[in-house]
Amino acid sequence: MTRQAKTWLVIGAVFVALLVARGMIGQGLGRVYVKRTDVTVTLPDAAAVNSAAAGASSASASASTSASTTAVSAQATAPSITSTSLASGTTMSWQEWKQVPPLEFIAAQKENPAQTEITLSWPRTIGLWLAAFFTLAIFSFLYADNPFYKIAESLVVGVSAAYWGVIGFWDTLVPKMFGALTPGLVKSLVQPSLIAPEMLQQISMVFALILGVMMLWRLLPRGGWISAWPLAFIVGVTAGLKIVSHVESDLMAQAAATMKPLIVSVTDASGATNIWDSWWASVANVLLVTGVICCLAYFFFSVEHKGVVGGAARVGIWYLMITFGAAFGFTVMGRIALLAARVEFLFDDWLWLIDPNHLRGL
Amino acid sequence: MKRIIPMWIAIIGGFAMMLSSFIPLAESAGEMFADVFNVVAAIAFVLGAGSLAKQHLEKLSRRDAGWGYSIITLGSFLITLFIGMLKIGIHPNPSFPQAAYSGSNDAEGSAWSWIYEYMITPLTSTMFALLAFFVASAAFRAFRAKNTEAILLLGTAFIVLLGRTFAGVVLTGWFPDWASGLRLENLSIYVMQVFNTAGNRAIMIGIALGVAATGLRILFGIDRSWLGGGDA
Repeated sequence: MTRQAKTWLVIGAVFVALLVARGMIGQGLGRVYVKRTDVTVTLPDAAAVNSAAAGASSASASASTSASTTAVSAQATAPSITSTSLASGTTMSWQEWKQVPPLEFIAAQKENPAQTEITLSWPRTIGLWLAAFFTLAIFSFLYADNPFYKIAESLVVGVSAAYWGVIGFWDTLVPKMFGALTPGLVKSLVQPSLIAPEMLQQISMVFALILGVMMLWRLLPRGGWISAWPLAFIVGVTAGLKIVSHVESDLMAQAAATMKPLIVSVTDASGATNIWDSWWASVANVLLVTGVICCLAYFFFSVEHKGVVGGAARVGIWYLMITFGAAFGFTVMGRIALLAARVEFLFDDWLWLIDPNHLRGL
Repeated sequence: MKRIIPMWIAIIGGFAMMLSSFIPLAESAGEMFADVFNVVAAIAFVLGAGSLAKQHLEKLSRRDAGWGYSIITLGSFLITLFIGMLKIGIHPNPSFPQAAYSGSNDAEGSAWSWIYEYMITPLTSTMFALLAFFVASAAFRAFRAKNTEAILLLGTAFIVLLGRTFAGVVLTGWFPDWASGLRLENLSIYVMQVFNTAGNRAIMIGIALGVAATGLRILFGIDRSWLGGGDA
């Protein structure tokens, strides 16, 4: 056994011993409780809904709530229904589980030890422990590269790739492309409120589909050049979009925001001029305008940085150094905030050592 | 043929987008191009996913070093994809109960939200949190107050960091009211509002000019380096 393996073994053993000890003290650790809500939905009568939708486009859903049962009538909110796989009037019901603080479970147990409305959620509890494991696995990289970190790293890649793929599918491809090309299917399965697409929209989506298929051609061993066409479309449209948006929001807006008065008069509530505030506001505006001009002088390479331009460029460098220092400070602050959030997760949600939100009545 | 057609596709698509901002009649054409762009960009995710799967499958078949981690990557990828695409465990939207897939993937308690809450969030946020250590370590080793520029950078970083923490408030909290502008929290605000704004503004103006110039070079067919082959 290598020295590193021995170190990991010792760290692991100490850690497990501490966890077991923590589990036997006080309220224990790392559990998630959920509250059950029963949802019952009655399928609307298609003909009635269609006539109602034609007569009045604005209607409201009626909901009735009993002790632990929420009955939602979807008759009014569901617009034109053309196809349905289930018969009208069929009742569907399911249970929803909302996370509740442990304090609520303790109170419910005190009131009625046999209650089943608030229970321990095993899937979420396992998830919590997995999340804690992943957090520690990634932090373990601070000691050395190790299999735990590599497992976590591999999971990040796999899960993230699929996550963004799924988001792209449901948020863009289904409503835009499938909604235009197969509106009936999308309407019956996903989005009954879908508005019928226009011919031009359908043609544009056929064009998009062709470009998409051409793009996927890159995965095949031959004919990779075909994917250059959709790539060209992306490059061209991005260029067209970015030229306008950057010139509008960065160049014009930032230049306009820099056109500030160099002498400012600040008045108080009585209408009198506040000399001290006026002086500070004027200095701030002078420094701001000077800074922007000097930084731009530094970025202007068509003229040699000598004389006045050289002096301005030098001041520009100082401004830029201050900007980079502030950016560095902000980056560190952001990372520290994330670190604090992860540490809080470990100590609060998982180990139950602290209770800043008073969720466990510590 | 392999270069001319893509170049014209880029020119037509780019000018259509540009003109739609200036000509009201072309607005709908611009929206249509934007929709096509969004769909093609979404399909690009499929390409990315396919490429990832292909690369890891090749690694597996060759039994390269660390192939076991490729199994984890592929497994997590396929499971997440399966759960997300089929909306496993997601009930229909109560407003549209007849549409089986009308429920949102983000519904609490669903398998998808479980993956997001207990896998994606801890994994990604801890990855970013890890950078706190590396940034601090790199700064400690690299930052030396050797000249005016370095002193300005270091000084500003300290002011911004201390000005936004309790320590900074305590350190300079005893300053009298007439010198309250020198308290670290106020200095930090002043640095951000004046010097940082000026620097960032100049950078943004520079970026905008650069983007416009590069974009126009592409749209006029002057810059063709993106087509590959090194023909700039």
